[in-house]
Order: sequence, then structure tokens, then C-alpha cells
Amino acid sequence: MKPHTLSILVENKAGVLSRVTGLFSRRGFNIESLAVGTCEEPGMSRITIVVIGDDAKVEQVMKQLHKLIDIIKVSDLSENERVERELALIKVNAEPGTSRAEIMQIASIFRALIVDVGSKSVILEVTGDAEKIDALEKLLRQYGVKELVRTGRIGILRGAKAGKSEK
Amino acid sequence: MKTGAKILIESLQREGTEIIFGYPGGVVLPIYDELYDSSLRHILVRHEQAAAHAADGYARASGRVGVCLATSGPGACNLVTGIATAYMDSAPIVAITGQVPTNLLGNDAFQESDITGITMPITKHNYLVKSAADISRVVQEAFYIAGTGRQGPVLIDVPKDVSTGLAEDTPLPEKVTLRGYNPTYKGHKRQIDKAVELIVHAERPLIYAGGGVIASNASAELVSLATLLGIPVTTTLMGIGCIPCDHPLNLGMLGMHGTEYANFAVMESDLLIAIGARFDDRVTGKIDTFAPHAKIVHIDIDPAEIGKNKRVDVPIVGDVKAVLQDMLSSLKKNNAYEPWLKKIKHWKQHHPLRVKDDGRLHPQYIVRALSELVKGEAVIVSEVGQNQMWTAQHFCFHHPRTWITSGGLGTMGYGFPAAMGAHFARPDVPVFDIAGDGSIQMNIQEMSTVAANKIPVKVAILNNMYLGMVRQWQELFFDRRYSYTELPSVDFVKIANAYGIDGMRVDSPDDVVPALKASLDCDGPFVMDFRIEREENVFPMVPAGAAINEMIGGHPR
Repeated sequence: MKPHTLSILVENKAGVLSRVTGLFSRRGFNIESLAVGTCEEPGMSRITIVVIGDDAKVEQVMKQLHKLIDIIKVSDLSENERVERELALIKVNAEPGTSRAEIMQIASIFRALIVDVGSKSVILEVTGDAEKIDALEKLLRQYGVKELVRTGRIGILRGAKAGKSEK
Repeated sequence: MKTGAKILIESLQREGTEIIFGYPGGVVLPIYDELYDSSLRHILVRHEQAAAHAADGYARASGRVGVCLATSGPGACNLVTGIATAYMDSAPIVAITGQVPTNLLGNDAFQESDITGITMPITKHNYLVKSAADISRVVQEAFYIAGTGRQGPVLIDVPKDVSTGLAEDTPLPEKVTLRGYNPTYKGHKRQIDKAVELIVHAERPLIYAGGGVIASNASAELVSLATLLGIPVTTTLMGIGCIPCDHPLNLGMLGMHGTEYANFAVMESDLLIAIGARFDDRVTGKIDTFAPHAKIVHIDIDPAEIGKNKRVDVPIVGDVKAVLQDMLSSLKKNNAYEPWLKKIKHWKQHHPLRVKDDGRLHPQYIVRALSELVKGEAVIVSEVGQNQMWTAQHFCFHHPRTWITSGGLGTMGYGFPAAMGAHFARPDVPVFDIAGDGSIQMNIQEMSTVAANKIPVKVAILNNMYLGMVRQWQELFFDRRYSYTELPSVDFVKIANAYGIDGMRVDSPDDVVPALKASLDCDGPFVMDFRIEREENVFPMVPAGAAINEMIGGHPR
């Protein structure tokens, strides 16, 4: 069982997302993260899904995904060298004084931005791979994380090659 | 400008539709109004489930796309079992449903149901049409998707304001192109070469043929391959008919209720050539022990089937017909498997299927009597359960598309309406529905449809006053505790008569042939109520989860 990052190129049509997620839920997969957006092809979207499962099961889901009419291409990025990023917004308790200074120091180490400062809290914006965000979150917990929002992982293969077509 | 409803009917006709099975209702009124003076034939069923099964039966018997039509909400929901049945057995149908007007979508309007959402996992694809201008394109795509690649059902949901809306005729492309849908027809040359290499070097090869052979119209190629080299063939429930039953290389069905010799052959084979089959659990039994000594070649048009249940040595993705043609062109006549065939012949002699001859009315005898009477020149449809297995085991099929049954989903109530559909595909031959007293009562209302339309379906009810297959399991695995499987006696002849259908009750073996002959002599539908031995079982049988050579009710080895 290991995480697989699947990159799925789809027709930008109503209902596509539920066709895709339905295939996972029917097989008892829990989706770890999901990100959808437009992409380089007009009229298409790219869905990035992270699931944890054994290789054979994930391969079977990928084959089933290929069969969906509105799906153009499916690739498992985890097979290759890739860049993966996620963005998180974290609202942390920050009373004026020492804790606020410490939080700002941590933010700068993680190259996170302070995007909002309130009287009792600050909002951090951080980009990176999942581990970096996890690490930052862990550090901030001691000050009290009021709210945390993550975009879900997106990924792209390194080098000139685009996501390998399986269809 | 034309209404969406008119465009819909014209589009169906352009796709070659000659008949649709349906049931009217509120939001499909505009479509029914168009049908009123259309040349398209419509058969009014008595329950929408029957419309879906009839379209499916028509599709399987003809090889063309079947069409059914229902209203929104309950009408659409009643199609669901029929659509799921078609999906599991890869039968090409297009189901058209009415929907509430677009401005009410998602509003819990009267008779609204999210049928595209409901059918997402049981259709190959589905559409919610948003504008009359889209209808002709959607219908063209739907037929293309349903009838190509691995075939299957496609649903088109048409809101009422779309069928009343106006649109110009839109020019359609000659050929549909969909970016996300390009089935592979031609098998990979190198893979085919590898398969041929394995075949040439095998000692105990076995062909395991499934419904894909029939769907691909590749029965002739399959028989050529088998006879060219002398490779024995076992078929799945869905593959029955792809090789004549009396062909010396045919071992009959394998799996849970397969022949002993077919299952023995699987267990001893050193090369299993799976063709248009999917290693279903009813075929393999305990998967780890299935074909333990065999290398496996798997030919299938659906790449998702390859390696799904069993590791495969040589996968070949492609249309069975095209792949077999390519294989045939690189194989030469050979008789290398004589010792293997001799062994199989020995098994066949010593482990035949059994029919008791003790003066009582046994279902196997009835199926065999029918088989001898029609000599393969009939379409045989079954319900699900013991009736289905006895027919699969004992009827001698000579042609593909003459055996129609719900294999994957195992839908009781499938047979009778599917037989109605099959009649319209094959009006030239008699159509029989072999039923049980449980199954027939799941769509018995269709007696009204066959009576009203003089559809000459012959229903042979193997009546044991039990839900027989479930009772059999209770007998064997639940200590004979017959929990809710006993059915009261029903006078099916009286029911038939009430609908205006002739019928005959049969209590003894002597009356079987006369009854079957009477059914054939009757121009219209006919119902036979065979009062069979109540606790007759389907044997041999592989218990669930056992290896397929661990059969009960077989011969001592």
C-alpha cells in the first residue's frame, strides 16, 4: 500500500468529476486529496487524485478510468520523477508579543507568506510538497491552529515529457 | 425547425432502429405523440423493467442495438435492473428516459429522479440532454458507444422542455469521433506471435470461450482455430452457442455447474486460451487453484479485464474476431495434441451429465426433449436459477445468439421479456423461455403484452414450487432449513388463459413431447406448466470457494 498520484485529463463536462470519484468509492478507496482545474488543452480539465492502495488495485481503477468516455488520459505520476506541490492557508493564534514573532520566524524558515494579520491571529500561505506542509502544521500546533485549508496535491512530470498517455 | 421529440424519433430511425419497447408517462408525452404517426414500431410493455429486458433480448438475438423508452422518475427507475443486466453481460442497448423540464431539475419535482446519477455505474455512458439541438448528435454517439468496443447500455435522459424545444436539423459526421473513446480492434502483432508460439509448444491446450466470442461474431473463427489444431473448447455460460454442442471438441460449460470433464481439463491444461471471457468467480471457483499448471493467453477487447482476476502470460487486447483471424493466418494444421484429446475423451465417457429415467418428471428430460424437437433451430431464453443451469447443461445449441440468459447479474424475471425482444430479432424461429415458477412470477404481467401483440413466445415453466436454486443451497449447505423458499402451487395455465393465452399442464414424462409439440403448433404465445420433481438438484456442482475439480454430485474418479 503506497500513495499514488494520478493525473487524469478529462473533457470539461458536467458530471465528469462524479464519474471519476464514483469509480474510486465503488472499490472502497478513500481519496486522500483531489484537485481539479483547467489545463493546457482548451475544453479539458486535469484532475489530480492521490489515493493509497496496492499497485494492482490502483492499476485496475486506472483501467476502469480509461474506459470512461469523457476521460482522455490517465497517468500514475508516482511511477516517475515528478514535481508535486500543494498550497495551504493556515490561520494561527498569534497574540501580539513573543508568539507572533516566533510564528513569523517559522514562516520565514518555511518560506511561507503572512497574508493576513489580525488582532489575535495571522494567516500563513505556504506552498510545497505534502511533507513540508505537514511539518509546518506540526510546528504551528503549539500556538493553536484555528483553521487549515489545503488545495490538494497537484503534480507534473520532470523533463520535457508530458504525462504518458495510456489511451 | 423541428421539435426535439421529432428529432429524437428521426435520429433513432437513422440509426436503423425498427422497434422500441416502452411505457408512456407525463414527461415523455411529446415523444409518444411523435411515435403516434411514426413508422417506428413500439411495443407497449406492462412494466418498464420488461422494456429494458426486451431491448436487451432483441440486441443479443440480433447483434444490433436494442432500444427502450420510459418516463421520468418511477419509469426510469424501473429500467435500472434491466440496464444493469445489460451492463453485466455487455449487451448493447440505448435506454431513453423522459426527465422533468430543465428549470425544475434538482427541485424534487413530480416524478423526478436523477437517473443519470443512478445509472452512472451501470451504463457504459449516459447523457442528460440540455438542448433540442444536441439530440441528433447525442443519439448518434449513444448508438456508436453502445454498439462498438465492449458493448453495453447507454442512457439518454431527455427533459420535457428539450423534447418540446425547437431546433434546426444539424448535419452529422459520417463517423463519430470521441477523443476519449478509441477501442482497440486489432491485436498487437508481437503478442499474437507469442500466443501462437505458446500454442505450438503446448501439450494440453484448452480454449476457454466466453460471451465475447458471440458479441464479436467470431464463432466461425473460433471453431476454425479449434479444429485446425484439435484444441478442445470449454465455454462459459455466456459463450454457449459459439461452438456447436455436438462438436467433438466441445466440452460444454465449465465452472460451478460445468461438466466434470471441462473442469478436469482446466485443472490439467498447460495452456489456457481465454477468449472473450473474464475469469468470473462462477467460472474459476477458488481463483488460486484455477488452471494451476497452465500458461494463460487472454484475448479481450476490454483492457480492464486483462489481469483483473488472474495473472496472464500473454495479454492480447483486441476484437476477438480480428485477433483470431490473425492467429489463424499464422497457424498450420496439426494433430499434436492426440494424447490430451484421448484423455479428455476418456473423461467424457466416464463422467457424462446425468438424466434420471425413473418414470418421474425430471427437468433435464424436458430440456432434452425440447432440444431434440427443435434441433437447435430456435432461440432459447432462460430465467435465472435451476431452470437456467439445466438448460445450459442439457440443451444442445448449434448456433451463436440462440442462447440468451442473464449471466453476470443473474436477474430473475429476465427471460420472459427478453424472449419477447428476441422474437422481433428472430421472427423466423420459435422462441422459448425456460422458466422456474419463481422467476416467471417476476415479470408475469408481460403475458398481457404477448397476448395483445400476438408475440409467439413459448413459456416452459419448470415448476417445483420452490425457489429451486436457493432451496438447493439450503439443502446442501444450510442443513435443509428451507427458509422462505417454498412457493404455493400456482395454476399457471389458468393465469395464461385469463390473459387469453393457451396453455397446458404436464405431470408425467409421457406428456412432455405432446405439450412441446402443441406449443410449436400454436401460432401465438403458449404456456407449459411442467410439474417437475420438487427437490431435483443441479449437478455437478462446485461449492462456493472450492477448486473447480472439487465437485459434488459427480461421478467417482
